[in-house]
Amino acid sequence: MTNPNHTAHEPDFDAVTGQSTTGHSWDGIRELNTPLPRWWLWTFYITILWSIGYWLVYPAWPLISSHTTGLFGYSSRAAVALEVQALEQRRDQQAAGLKTASLEEIKASPELLRVALARGKASFAENCVGCHGQGGTGAPSYPNLTDDDWVWGGGLKDIQATIQNGIRWTQNADTRMGEMLAFGRQGMLKKDEIEQVVDFVRSLAKLEPAKGANLAAGKALYETNCASCHGEAGKGNREVGAPDLTDAIWLYGSSREAMIESVHNGRAGIMPAWASRLDPVTIKALTVYVHSLGGGQ
Amino acid sequence: MAAAQHFSMRGNETIGAGLCAAFGVLFLIIAGLTDHSGYAFHMVVMALACGLGFYAIVNWAARGETRHAPLEINGRPNYNDGPVRFATIAAMFWGIAGFTVGLVIALQLAFPALNFDLPWTNFGRLRPLHTSAVIFAFGGNVLLGTSFYVVQRTCQARLAGVLSPWFVVLGYNLFIVVAGTGYLLGITQGKEYAEPEWYADLFLTVVWVVYLLVFLATIWRRKEPHIYVANWFYLGFIVTIAVLHLGNNATIPVSLTSPKSYILWSGIQDAMFQWWYGHNAVGFFLTAGFLAIMYYFIPKRAERPVYSYRLSIIHFWALIFLYIWAGPHHLHYTALPDWAQTLGMTFSIMLWMPSWGGMINGLMTLSGAWDKLRTDPVLRMMVVSVAFYGMSTFEGPLMSIKAVNSLSHYTDWTIGHVHSGALGWVGYVSFGAIYCLVPWLWKRERLYSNRLVEWHFWISTIGIVFYISAMWVSGIMQGLMWRAYTSLGFLEYSFVETVAAMHPYYVIRAFGGGLFLLGALLMAYNLWMTVRAVAPRAEAVPANLQHVPAE
Repeated sequence: MTNPNHTAHEPDFDAVTGQSTTGHSWDGIRELNTPLPRWWLWTFYITILWSIGYWLVYPAWPLISSHTTGLFGYSSRAAVALEVQALEQRRDQQAAGLKTASLEEIKASPELLRVALARGKASFAENCVGCHGQGGTGAPSYPNLTDDDWVWGGGLKDIQATIQNGIRWTQNADTRMGEMLAFGRQGMLKKDEIEQVVDFVRSLAKLEPAKGANLAAGKALYETNCASCHGEAGKGNREVGAPDLTDAIWLYGSSREAMIESVHNGRAGIMPAWASRLDPVTIKALTVYVHSLGGGQ
Repeated sequence: MAAAQHFSMRGNETIGAGLCAAFGVLFLIIAGLTDHSGYAFHMVVMALACGLGFYAIVNWAARGETRHAPLEINGRPNYNDGPVRFATIAAMFWGIAGFTVGLVIALQLAFPALNFDLPWTNFGRLRPLHTSAVIFAFGGNVLLGTSFYVVQRTCQARLAGVLSPWFVVLGYNLFIVVAGTGYLLGITQGKEYAEPEWYADLFLTVVWVVYLLVFLATIWRRKEPHIYVANWFYLGFIVTIAVLHLGNNATIPVSLTSPKSYILWSGIQDAMFQWWYGHNAVGFFLTAGFLAIMYYFIPKRAERPVYSYRLSIIHFWALIFLYIWAGPHHLHYTALPDWAQTLGMTFSIMLWMPSWGGMINGLMTLSGAWDKLRTDPVLRMMVVSVAFYGMSTFEGPLMSIKAVNSLSHYTDWTIGHVHSGALGWVGYVSFGAIYCLVPWLWKRERLYSNRLVEWHFWISTIGIVFYISAMWVSGIMQGLMWRAYTSLGFLEYSFVETVAAMHPYYVIRAFGGGLFLLGALLMAYNLWMTVRAVAPRAEAVPANLQHVPAE
């Protein structure tokens, strides 16, 4: 289409479009003098008018020390506060029964239980799954909440206390405290003694001890160092959070290495106290929900 | 050495060599003093670059009088295409690198095991590597190359400067290397699309100022009384990017021997600066700059006049004026004051038609040449890019509306939106321009294979469709799942359930991205063979048709 004989700076006529060109030519590129498409221009005007209207209604233009507030004094902060308030009201109405009912009463009433489980599930998903996993099945170092092996007790009251006050959460005065000492690091047991006591504990749990392990020496060490918390028979003590050592459930792993690590360095897992973050009704709902996961006692 | 007797360095060559030497020594000293191994590595790389620069300048000066290229030969401008060729090759290289990293991180999202638990291959480090490689390395080299090509042709003047155009393209690519290796080594200021630390930023500032000066000085030499619209857009892009870069990188380094720096702005002001920068990187780098490409290559390839001169003026100024306000729409429903959110949203809405002005001018320029879309896949690629541009610039204002944004924000919908613009618009208009440029720059009579361009076009179009539809579906699903309440007024899904639901879409997205990469590999092969195996263009072409592509 470029006319090789065309000289720049002279408007030309373009036969295809019926428009004249501007007369500019850059490296053979010319420009038609087509007017602005009407629909384009009007749509542009409409978006401008709409924006001006929007500025009148909503906070829009900064002034020296404030800004225009709009006709209705809208603020997104107030709007979200209203929405949250409405939602909370709705939940509170449903939770009215939960406030006064005891944990046992909630368990017994299908209507209360339905509301408590819904609230507990939502709160669990928001606050607990990070450590205890989707569905509460736990992870290494984070207890499985669906079985009946409870470190600090699986009754409704126990679970409620754990959620409220946390474990080793020192900001909370009523937090659950218990200490698995670092027997190796703190020099109470020597390396070979740790191995002996670990092999003995493995025999309690029906795990394979090392070949030729001196179980009698291990038993003696167990009785002087471990039995006060974990019990003579290794059944544990939920009062001090000492786990049962005779079952197949091992929070920190059941390999010989993991057990030596536990005895050498001790263990002191932490769970936050939720009383400062969640309201009592939500904690009740969470308690009932966790209790219902399969292991409640 | 016969040349030695003519050896005399001009003033600018002496200054250039002197600066290379001085900075090379400085960088080596810093490398010796710092206790940060990544930073020391960067200082050594930059010192090496200074050494090479010094060597190149002295070698250049040793060529004696033969080094002074005439501005014109036989009354016609003697174009300087060396830097353009370099930028074109670099664009193709970085493009393929960036698309590959994109595919890797897409696969990591679908299959997290591919992070390999190594810091260097972690998603968090590879993601900025991908974005910077495609936007700044690929897109940046396309912009540098095409702008140097277009400004010479439309001004009928040789590129200003002798060393400076080379400094711009080489310096820019050195910046890319420093930025990219920095991400892998964990050197970042943690600002999206502005991750490079203070020393890389300072160096880029110098490169960018020289770029602006070369561009302006070339326009100053023009033979045409008017400045072509493509050059307005290039200038708008260069000037605004400079301002954005300075504003969002106003940092104080901890010390000369530390890569770490702290930004002057704090809190919400910092967030506002970041998104003023982030949004206008899209507006001026990926929109204004690539509209400039569109304004030269589409009329050139279609051999038709630009549809409307008036529209080009109005939409240029409207776009430039309105775009710069739109950043706050990235901070809807945050601590940003409501009034700023309102302005961000309304200016985004008003931006819709100015953006579409470019689409209208691109598409309607085809009037009288629509039949070429059937036979010329390169032109088709550029026209489809304009269609994607139109779609993205409608979707953008739509997503800036607060009610829509409350659903779309933080979801994959945003990723889909970005990629319809990035793959469809920026990618395709760049591919089209490079397909035009390579035969022109290497003086070949045609591309090696039009059939391969057809394959590239269809494979990557299908890839884009897979990519953006997967992200639309997953994004909207994600947004709906996040806000779903049970009849009792509690959240229906935990966050991790919404993540699990994304998996099939992430796989589809990676598949689409893989197709896009495959298309780019076909392109690279085609271009390689064009330079290697296609006959040189006959030199007898009349002067005024010199740069019309052979069909």
